Amino acid sequence: MCVGRRAPSRLAAAAAPIVSVLGALAAGAIVLAASGVNPLAAYGALVSEPFGSAFGWSETLVKAAPLVLTGLAVLLPARMRLWNIGAEGQLQCGAIAAAGVAVFTAAGRSPLAVPSILAAGMAAGAVWCLVPAVLRAVLAVNETITTLLMNYVALLLVDFLIYGPWQDPQGRGFPLSPVLPAPSRLPVLVPGTRIHLGVALALLAVPAVAAILTRTRWGFEIRVIGDNPDAARYAGMDLRRNIILVMAAAGALAGLAGAGEVSAVSGRLQQGLSPGYGYTGIIVAWLARLHPAATVLVAVLLGGLFLGGDALQISLHLPIAIVYMLQGLIFFFVLGGEQLARYGVCFRKRPAAAAEHRA
Amino acid sequence: MIPPASLRSVEMRGITKRFPGVTANDGVDFTAAPGEIHALLGENGAGKSTLMKILYGFYAPDAGEIRVHGTHKVWRSPGDALRAGLGMVFQQFMLVPSLSVVQNVLLALPPRGWRLDERAAASRLAAEAARYGMAVHPRAQVWQLGVGEQQRVEILKLLARGAGILILDEPTAVLTPQEAHSLFATLRRLADEGRTVIVITHKLSEVMAVSDRVTVLRAGRVVGTIPTARTSLWDLARMMVGRESFDLQDRAPVPPGPVVLEIRHLWADGDRGRDALRDVSLDVRAGEIVGVAGVAGNGQRELAEVVAGLRRPTRGRICIAGSTLAGADPRAAIRAGLGHVPEDRLGTGVAPHLSVADNLVLKRYREAAFGRGPRLDRAAVNEAARGLIEAYGIQTPSPDAPAGALSGGNLQRLILAREISAHPQALVAFHPTRGLDIAATEAVHRALLDQRPRGTGVLLISEDLDEVLQLSDRVAVLCGGRVMAVARPGDVTVEQIGLLMGGAREALSGTTA
Repeated sequence: MCVGRRAPSRLAAAAAPIVSVLGALAAGAIVLAASGVNPLAAYGALVSEPFGSAFGWSETLVKAAPLVLTGLAVLLPARMRLWNIGAEGQLQCGAIAAAGVAVFTAAGRSPLAVPSILAAGMAAGAVWCLVPAVLRAVLAVNETITTLLMNYVALLLVDFLIYGPWQDPQGRGFPLSPVLPAPSRLPVLVPGTRIHLGVALALLAVPAVAAILTRTRWGFEIRVIGDNPDAARYAGMDLRRNIILVMAAAGALAGLAGAGEVSAVSGRLQQGLSPGYGYTGIIVAWLARLHPAATVLVAVLLGGLFLGGDALQISLHLPIAIVYMLQGLIFFFVLGGEQLARYGVCFRKRPAAAAEHRA
Repeated sequence: MIPPASLRSVEMRGITKRFPGVTANDGVDFTAAPGEIHALLGENGAGKSTLMKILYGFYAPDAGEIRVHGTHKVWRSPGDALRAGLGMVFQQFMLVPSLSVVQNVLLALPPRGWRLDERAAASRLAAEAARYGMAVHPRAQVWQLGVGEQQRVEILKLLARGAGILILDEPTAVLTPQEAHSLFATLRRLADEGRTVIVITHKLSEVMAVSDRVTVLRAGRVVGTIPTARTSLWDLARMMVGRESFDLQDRAPVPPGPVVLEIRHLWADGDRGRDALRDVSLDVRAGEIVGVAGVAGNGQRELAEVVAGLRRPTRGRICIAGSTLAGADPRAAIRAGLGHVPEDRLGTGVAPHLSVADNLVLKRYREAAFGRGPRLDRAAVNEAARGLIEAYGIQTPSPDAPAGALSGGNLQRLILAREISAHPQALVAFHPTRGLDIAATEAVHRALLDQRPRGTGVLLISEDLDEVLQLSDRVAVLCGGRVMAVARPGDVTVEQIGLLMGGAREALSGTTA
């Protein structure tokens, strides 16, 4: 039985996320030990790789950038109570469009190549997200399901292209697109690292989204609709229009992440372009409690977890699934911890006179 | 006239039930006998439903005792009452839409063995339905049924459980006159077999048509219990409303201006059925307060929603200060100059987790004063909010406090401040003082009366008859989605209003419309 507290105690609110993460690591340790690995050694590698050196930090940022963007792509619609589970597919579409423009059009070799492919990626992500958005706005089709299903379509579309029409003629039959021409590659901003223009754009997107939410009329509408759609309608706000706009913006953010990955990291369209950045974006948004600024912190932590996971694969021969397991555990524990911080738990017998239902 | 103890199936003595801020039942005595249809009559908030929910075990009374067939009972849950042979049909039906009629009835039965013989149950059900004159297809899916049929399924569920005491809460509210007629025939047959039928209602003509005895409640107390044959519509109306006269508020006469809200031949569907509004025509002139009286659920909500552009009318039109509204477009209504104090303050009137300041500009955030282009100027918003908080005396720790944390009275001040400060041509106020204390109520009344010299036309919809009669220049009475009559408060008596609210238009001859 849950008993509501008047307000979450301040100590509980501050301690809950920390205790939750420690709890998740403890639960993960049990699984690690069961698979014959010393949990301390594993956690050591998991932390030292991403955060133990300057280069580690730079690589963590490279992984965090797409997570920030997909996190925002989940966060923005969630502020309006729309659940975008499709950031992964929108990211893939962004990558497809960016690679297509870079490899197959003249713009890919022009001085304006970088803005062109970024714009193409954002547009493609937006269009991909518009399908569920329009279905939701016009026919009230549940966007949670449609955005999720669109992911599989996008991934299959990538497969179709790299096994078929876009396959690199010089690629010896490997499922890869041709390499993006040099003018289409995002510039590296810090020499000696892989920190690229996309990282900076992701960090700029955070204050931009925050400003939209708090300092524009559009953001005002989003916040009112998210808090009370009936009040929004009463105030004359157009719910359909906002569903479409917000979902398109979310798709564009995820598409930007895809364009960045294909242009700056992989250099061509291929499988495994994203280790699930879109899905992890859901975790980023929720752990950030839908506050844009907090997505940076969460994205760095989860980006580090991806990087540390790579190290685990190499040094301890553990599967990448360990990373997904730990991600899941952290998410589970943090959400659970939030509930416990807000509610007290008490066990008691059902009193005899507890017969007060509401009609 | 109280039946001897041996003939009482239901006996409630000194029932008292308090909710925070209100005593719903105050020492109520109520008895019903086998074989009778007993009407429980009263205005909204008179305590009818509470009393019956206590009888049915939904609420535990704070004081008083219940006897069923002479035995003292303490219910721990409605399950106890069901086992003792009581059953209640609520206004909201409790059916599983995706299951068939017979499956719904079987669901209501206590589990008995593993085998479920649906075919046999269906034929038994059909026989039972035919016996009481209820047209029901046992194999039909519930979602395909109209409300009248669904209600019959609810009654069949109770009969299948062997209920000897049936309680129906406003059973005709959603029925057509023909359906109501056949329901009455069914109820009469059930009573003739020795069951006790209790009907909660506010419709006087129904009481006269169907009941053997009637108990009238007012403000949580019993006004009286009388055999229906010995009373009249007029007596019942007086008992229900409980006043011989009412006070007319003193105020300066304001010459009525042009029509600012024109409602013509308006029809609209309700959430729970068709034609919640039937051919409603009404004018509100500048500087005039037009009250809408009536018992809740007679089309008031639909009227307010259609006028505010929140519900699409099926026929007819609405004109606000000369611009005709098409379909359902709340923004067009706001632009045409409509203010709206909604029925559900917290659920419709505000975004409760957003700040008081945000809520004060909920309809004005598009104005140029609050920033150029896409920008929303927080400083300008806060500035405007501070002015309104001051001018309307909204008690809030700061403009940044969440609106949901305000008390009911302050929330209503916030909404009034927002709606009135927009200088509307017409203002719809729906239950503007429900649940407010005396000070807040007076503030709201003053704010509404202040609209008259400002030239705003007010449509005041309220269940509180005193409020409507005190404030209004003209009163329209709604019943069953129709305007029964429009009159000046000084030209009608309380009984006449009560009769009209109860749907007895024919009893009112000679009154102006």
